[in-house]
Amino acid sequence: MYDMKEYYESQSVEDAIRLRLEHPQAHIIAGGSDVLVQMREGKRAGVELISIYMLDELRGVSIDEEENIRIGSLTSFSHITKDPIIQKYINVLGEAVDQVGGPQIRNIGTIGGNTCNGVTSADSASTLFAWEAIVELTGPNGKRRVPIRDFYLKAKQVDIREGEIQTAILIPKESYDRTYGYYIKYAMRNALDIATNGCSVNVRLSPDKKTFERVRIAYGVAGPIPMRAPKAEASINGQPVTAEVAETFARTVLQDINPRDSWRASKAFRQHIAVESARRCLAESVRLSGGEL
Amino acid sequence: MQNQYKLLKFNLNGKDVTTMIDVRESLTDLLRNDFRLTSVKKGCEVGECGACNVLINGEAFNSCIYLAAWVEGKSVRTLESLMGPNGELSDIQQAFIDEAAIQCGFCTPGFIMSAVEILESNKLYTDAELRKLLSGHLCRCTGYENIIRAVKKTMYKRQGKEYVEE
Amino acid sequence: MSNVGKGVARVDAFDKATGRTKYTDDLCDKNALIIRVVRSTIAHGYVKSVDTSEAEKVPGVVKIFTCFDVPDIKFPTAGHPWSVEAAHQDVADRRLLNRHVRYYGDDVAAVVAEDEVAAAQAARKIKVEYEELPFVLDQMEAMKEGAPVLHKDYPDNILKHTSFRNGNYAEAIKEPGLICVDKWYDTSTVQHCHIENFICFAKEEDGKIVITSSTQIPHIVRRTVGQALGMPWGKIRVIKPYIGGGFGDKQDTLYEPLCAWVCTQLGGRLVKLDIPREDTFVSCRVRHSIRFHMISWLRPDGTFVARKVEMFSNQGAYASHGHSIAAKGLGSFPQMYPCPNFDGDAYTIFTNISTAGAMRGYGMPQATWAGECHIEDICKELGMDSLEFRRKHIMPVGYKDGFSKNENYYDSFNQCFDKAVAYMDYNRKHAEYAKQTGPIRKGIGIAPFWYNTAVWPISLEHSSCRMVLNQDGSIQVQVGETEIGQGADTAYAQMAADVIGIKDYRDVHVISCQDTDVTPFGLGAYASRQTYVVGFSITQTGTILKQKILDYAKELTRCPISNMDIIDSNIVRTTDGRILLSLQELATEAFYSLSHSEHITAESTYQIKNNAYSFGCCCAEVTVDIPMCRVTVDKIINVHDCGKLINPKLAEAQVHGGISMGIGYGLSEKLMFDPKTGKPLNNNLLDYKLSTMMDHPHLEAEFVQNPEPTNPFGTKALGEPPTCPVAPAIRNAILNATGVAIDNAPARPEELFKRFTEEGLIHDPWTQEGK
Repeated sequence: MYDMKEYYESQSVEDAIRLRLEHPQAHIIAGGSDVLVQMREGKRAGVELISIYMLDELRGVSIDEEENIRIGSLTSFSHITKDPIIQKYINVLGEAVDQVGGPQIRNIGTIGGNTCNGVTSADSASTLFAWEAIVELTGPNGKRRVPIRDFYLKAKQVDIREGEIQTAILIPKESYDRTYGYYIKYAMRNALDIATNGCSVNVRLSPDKKTFERVRIAYGVAGPIPMRAPKAEASINGQPVTAEVAETFARTVLQDINPRDSWRASKAFRQHIAVESARRCLAESVRLSGGEL
Repeated sequence: MQNQYKLLKFNLNGKDVTTMIDVRESLTDLLRNDFRLTSVKKGCEVGECGACNVLINGEAFNSCIYLAAWVEGKSVRTLESLMGPNGELSDIQQAFIDEAAIQCGFCTPGFIMSAVEILESNKLYTDAELRKLLSGHLCRCTGYENIIRAVKKTMYKRQGKEYVEE
Repeated sequence: MSNVGKGVARVDAFDKATGRTKYTDDLCDKNALIIRVVRSTIAHGYVKSVDTSEAEKVPGVVKIFTCFDVPDIKFPTAGHPWSVEAAHQDVADRRLLNRHVRYYGDDVAAVVAEDEVAAAQAARKIKVEYEELPFVLDQMEAMKEGAPVLHKDYPDNILKHTSFRNGNYAEAIKEPGLICVDKWYDTSTVQHCHIENFICFAKEEDGKIVITSSTQIPHIVRRTVGQALGMPWGKIRVIKPYIGGGFGDKQDTLYEPLCAWVCTQLGGRLVKLDIPREDTFVSCRVRHSIRFHMISWLRPDGTFVARKVEMFSNQGAYASHGHSIAAKGLGSFPQMYPCPNFDGDAYTIFTNISTAGAMRGYGMPQATWAGECHIEDICKELGMDSLEFRRKHIMPVGYKDGFSKNENYYDSFNQCFDKAVAYMDYNRKHAEYAKQTGPIRKGIGIAPFWYNTAVWPISLEHSSCRMVLNQDGSIQVQVGETEIGQGADTAYAQMAADVIGIKDYRDVHVISCQDTDVTPFGLGAYASRQTYVVGFSITQTGTILKQKILDYAKELTRCPISNMDIIDSNIVRTTDGRILLSLQELATEAFYSLSHSEHITAESTYQIKNNAYSFGCCCAEVTVDIPMCRVTVDKIINVHDCGKLINPKLAEAQVHGGISMGIGYGLSEKLMFDPKTGKPLNNNLLDYKLSTMMDHPHLEAEFVQNPEPTNPFGTKALGEPPTCPVAPAIRNAILNATGVAIDNAPARPEELFKRFTEEGLIHDPWTQEGK
């Protein structure tokens, strides 16, 4: 039995917006794998909940008229992994969310919940950062689109405004076209774990596979929120596909990231893993793109 | 909150049921307390151990972190549903017995329900895939060895294929 | 013998596979009042006051008890047989609730409410005012002059110190030309992680307190609850249903006394105390973290001349099983590799962390870790093959321990090594892997162990058994030794069937649930004792029952007893093999005969004054990804000589579980406490890294079945042994792969990072520059 003050079930997106406006202090619950755990812990005990879990209209993956990949916010991790659109265009996202917790968590956990938490360790977040995803929010004034890097304000805080709920995550065509990526979740065991470091790299090679046309890299748990590594990217874009360039890229990430010391892992260790992960993710992305290092 | 109730209709182990719930209830609470389906075990209450796993519309969920209110209109299956109409065991239950995949038995119901989802997909998985598909359950007794063997043997049997050791 | 030795299905498997097995919580009425323990949020200090006024206003709260309300009675908790000699009794240092709190999570108050939400709300509203005291988490720090004192009776925090001396160490090391290997090894605090948390409920009935508890030791709990409440022991009734694992955590009295006492304060109403996972980690028991200092003096040919072992065992806040764990570990060294000059000292030290108690292996996983890491390090130093070294210097055939009188009757160690070596292709791999370079390498390692069976002669060993013949010729069996998941009931059924002559073990109905009002007195599940000790009582009681059956058969058949036997549930004339009548016919006649009606039953106690060595080894092959600081176990085997197997299939399953626990011990499991506050950091199943199915390879279990001469079934310990050798085998495999010795278990990535950096396998110029 959960210690909640009131419970409101949204019947539609409009209804959810109405409930949000009526009960601005209430917390939104999607799959609940974080909200309910925190409620039991006492952190969210006694709060009001607005459930959006029953809104099937927010489930599913499609390609919209602008050729964006559109992922409904309540799409579960397991459904993202199994989705043919994801598998065809952005397989790395499916692979990344296939490393969240265990199978049951991947059935309940939603991509919307994963991003709205604002936590740096979310397995979807580094890939969404690396692929410059757009967050769609729906509120009393209609829809609003925010680049994911602007959506994260600070640790555990995202840009959801009064009356809004997150309704979709979009990946623009320019982002996924001719692009291949790889994600390494570094954790202490192979299932049921949270990331000590999450590294997602994607690569677009020149048609002759000799030049890094565009390389993007993002991290989870390398700072208070997920982050790109712009200096590392600048070091590699337009450069030839060589081992030296790759090594410089991997080492340059240290100029971008800022992991912290905690009981879970030391800063030095996280830095070490971040560099090694960058190295391996880049190599794998190049391989997937048909290039050779 | 004082007494916020909801009338809930869903299908439980093949039967349509209607019941009044306290909206604060988890699905574990509902199944254990209201329906006395005590195969649904509590091991952590935060979705980490898998002992409370049940199938909802054919997919595995930790019922401890699933609100009872959410099963409205859905179909829920627990271990109690697996026995046939004449009391015959399902193949996967028999395999758990035959392979000595059961020790203290506390993780068993959750594991078997994940196995049911795996087996009903009618696919032949590799050992690595099976390990991943069953990785949402913790067991301290068996080292998982005989559990994976039981699931694998049943999977091969259902597919009409010969079992090969890992 | 037609049942023993067969891998038959468990007697409880059907119910467990169908979900109908009832565990403690499944048996509790819905209307039970809920108890929630309010825990200290400091590591050490005095409770000055507890303000319950806000908490009492929460609707649904029935009553709140604080540390100022409980009787001033101190009681012991260890699941040991009681001793009538005061000197051998367990330390009584627990109270129901504590004013002097000694670890973060200590019991300060108990809220009783109508439901768990009200109980949790009220618990959060209780305000506790403390007088904080300095605290100490590390056992070495706790031994230092001026360290915070936990218990006034132990001003140096040393619960106990024992020494073991053989020969003359100081003189022996003066021999010229000796090689000295002097190293420290450390182990972590780990937790049992039985999937069913601790839970109990209590009510008054028939003038008694009836406690249903998830325990391994119902009869011992009856005694300790009586002691804690100051009540006659006969007024306490403890019921033990099926339990969801124990591994030693439930070989302790946990919260049964508090639950029982609260029940008495509420007029005997039904109260339930369900300990959440987070509290199970911290406020039940943990495994002792033991630090070892080991010094070996050897001649260049590898002969041991002198050895010294110092052990520092972190007891945590309360005595529980106390020094027994370290003492057992210390005793293992001189027996494993006999050496003429041995100096051993073991200290058990109070600190402000969770209380350590019994856990699968009871000091031996720690001792085997240190001992077998050390052998590997010695061999590296001497340039010798470590397996050959072990074969040469390990406990020889014919070795007899002066204290336990245990004897090494067979060449078990070498037989176990041979099987492991053959399965793993150890010799070839060990030589090849040592030559590797490059970032990703393979390694292979081995570690043997020995283990005692049961607790004689340290403590009482006995087993009581009751057998009752049914009308259909089946029998009921009751013993006080408990089924906790290991398969004990099935082994009992198989043994009883063969002793009596019953065809099918399924005609032996072992009453699984222990009820101290009904079940014969028995001590419970611990010390890998049950199959061994129950083997004696089943043999003795079964023989009595059989004699009574044959006595009755004589009346019916006029055949002399000496010419009859019970074979396959029939009374058989042994002279010609003719079946005279079935056991069922005899039983029905005996029940309902108008001339001589008798309910044929037997009951007896057998006191065991034996113990037995159990042996084995683990061999593990790993891949070490040096840059990623990760170890993957690729292949692993345990080989055991636990005598004759009663049920090979269940024995194998037991070994799998032990290997799994050992993999966690070697690679990932560590319960951590914040050095600044003493607060537990990872007391949940997400942050405490017990292995998942994806962290294991196939686990192989093999056996050498040398019959144990002291036991009627030729069997001996298997419950705990599988956990003992795994961590050092993995560690030695990492050493083989990388040349790097990981001396602090577990080999977590962070530890590997530290060691690989120290040993030059990882160079991070950028992180150095940053410093």
